[in-house]
Amino acid sequence: MKILPSEITSYKNYLNRRKFIKSSIASSLVIAASTGLKANHTSNKNIYDNQLDENDSLNSFEEITTYNNFYEFGMGKTDPSENSSDFKPKPWSISLEGLINNPQVLDLEKLLQQVTIEDRVYRLRCVEAWSMVIPWQGFPLSELIKIADPLSSAKFIQFVTVFRPEEMPGQKRRLLPWPYVEGLRMDEAMHPLTILSSGLYGHDLLNQSGAPLRLVVPWKYGFKSIKSISSIRFVDKQPEATWSMLAPSEYGFYSNVNNLVDHPRWSQNTERRIGEFKRRNTLMYNGYEEEVSYLYEGMDLEKYY
Amino acid sequence: MIPTQSFKKTKPIIFLAFLLPSMFWSYQFIIGSLGVNPIEKLMDNMGEMALRLIVLTLFISSLSEFKKFRFLIEVRRMIGLFAFFYVSLHFLTYIALDHFFDMTFIIKDIIKRPFITFGFISFIFLIPLVITSPKKMLKKLGFKVWKRIHYLIYPAAILSSVHFYMLVRANKIEPAIYIFLILLLLLYRLYFKIILPQLAR
Repeated sequence: MKILPSEITSYKNYLNRRKFIKSSIASSLVIAASTGLKANHTSNKNIYDNQLDENDSLNSFEEITTYNNFYEFGMGKTDPSENSSDFKPKPWSISLEGLINNPQVLDLEKLLQQVTIEDRVYRLRCVEAWSMVIPWQGFPLSELIKIADPLSSAKFIQFVTVFRPEEMPGQKRRLLPWPYVEGLRMDEAMHPLTILSSGLYGHDLLNQSGAPLRLVVPWKYGFKSIKSISSIRFVDKQPEATWSMLAPSEYGFYSNVNNLVDHPRWSQNTERRIGEFKRRNTLMYNGYEEEVSYLYEGMDLEKYY
Repeated sequence: MIPTQSFKKTKPIIFLAFLLPSMFWSYQFIIGSLGVNPIEKLMDNMGEMALRLIVLTLFISSLSEFKKFRFLIEVRRMIGLFAFFYVSLHFLTYIALDHFFDMTFIIKDIIKRPFITFGFISFIFLIPLVITSPKKMLKKLGFKVWKRIHYLIYPAAILSSVHFYMLVRANKIEPAIYIFLILLLLLYRLYFKIILPQLAR
């Protein structure tokens, strides 16, 4: 599909749309320093719970950090938590590249001082039909885009995971073509729900969760939310994304959570919320339809899955 | 060489050894130590165990052709039945735990998704083998008919390994090994049972 520049919503409109986000600003809270993990989890629980729909409850820190898909550390669900201890997320820098006015290599620690870290409790729906509710800490990706100052020709953003086979044992084998890459359309990237996360449950991200900085796009299948980001490229064409490159008939570039469009090998109609026995119905755009459906107005979602 | 008579005495121990994993995983499931997504884990464990046992019976069939290993034929039926036992538990986990008896969904799922269709057909293929497994049935049917029925193990084995292959998202080496082993054992049988006797004629 060709996207005209006029179709892509301007930055100002995005700021207006922020009012859609009911919880984030009202309850935004600065996590000044990360304290002991369990202690923080317990003391902050109520703060996080305030942001939840009545049908959702938070998954535990344990669940969130021991059941992961992060093939850089192995293919099993527990591999990332078991094999990631050699990974060094500090110090960390992120390079901003491509069609921007301010290409640079950013020191993450300095970046995190410039932005306001907010709490965002989001549902996460994996393409494998399981889901969780996670209390993230992070900041809108749009703030980083502001720093990069994209040219008007930049229509898409590609993200790249760090390539460190010495620290990421999965990268020593060709499980996937490394490094892992993902992409968003500019308007998706600017959407206020789209965040870069540096922590969860008030604790710095653990290595298995994509330390030190990862993307979180709650209305898309989990694999779009790329982990341990080392560079961000602004481009004019739809960039390559690992899974949709590997199996284009199974994973589209958009990969929006859509209960009506099945994965060729399994149904996307229901999901198992981790910790629950009975399956739940999967919600359109993972329950963020009101906030994001305008992004895809007029698009054939069977075709752009 | 182990004499068949003394090998027969170890059968109860072998029986327990193959039963144990199912009990262990069920116990783990109940006390909640099968990880964060225990239903998936239980289903995967049972399914992979079934596939391993299917490959094992094929292997025993080929190996027992040799005099040295003839005694193994004594446990082939038991292992075959255990394979069906684990397939059934795998299928039961899918029906009862994964989809909580939502039969409309399950039937649709079996028809619509090739990998589930394959797994299901494989399960169906194993049923006549179970029914005809008692020695009485062998006598009733005659060896030739019985044997013909039991060739179903090969399509069942291939279908179940392909079922596993299609399920995996990336790095399909492990399921590919199963497919390879099954084809190898099948080719070996074909060569010695069909091709070689014709050449010797």
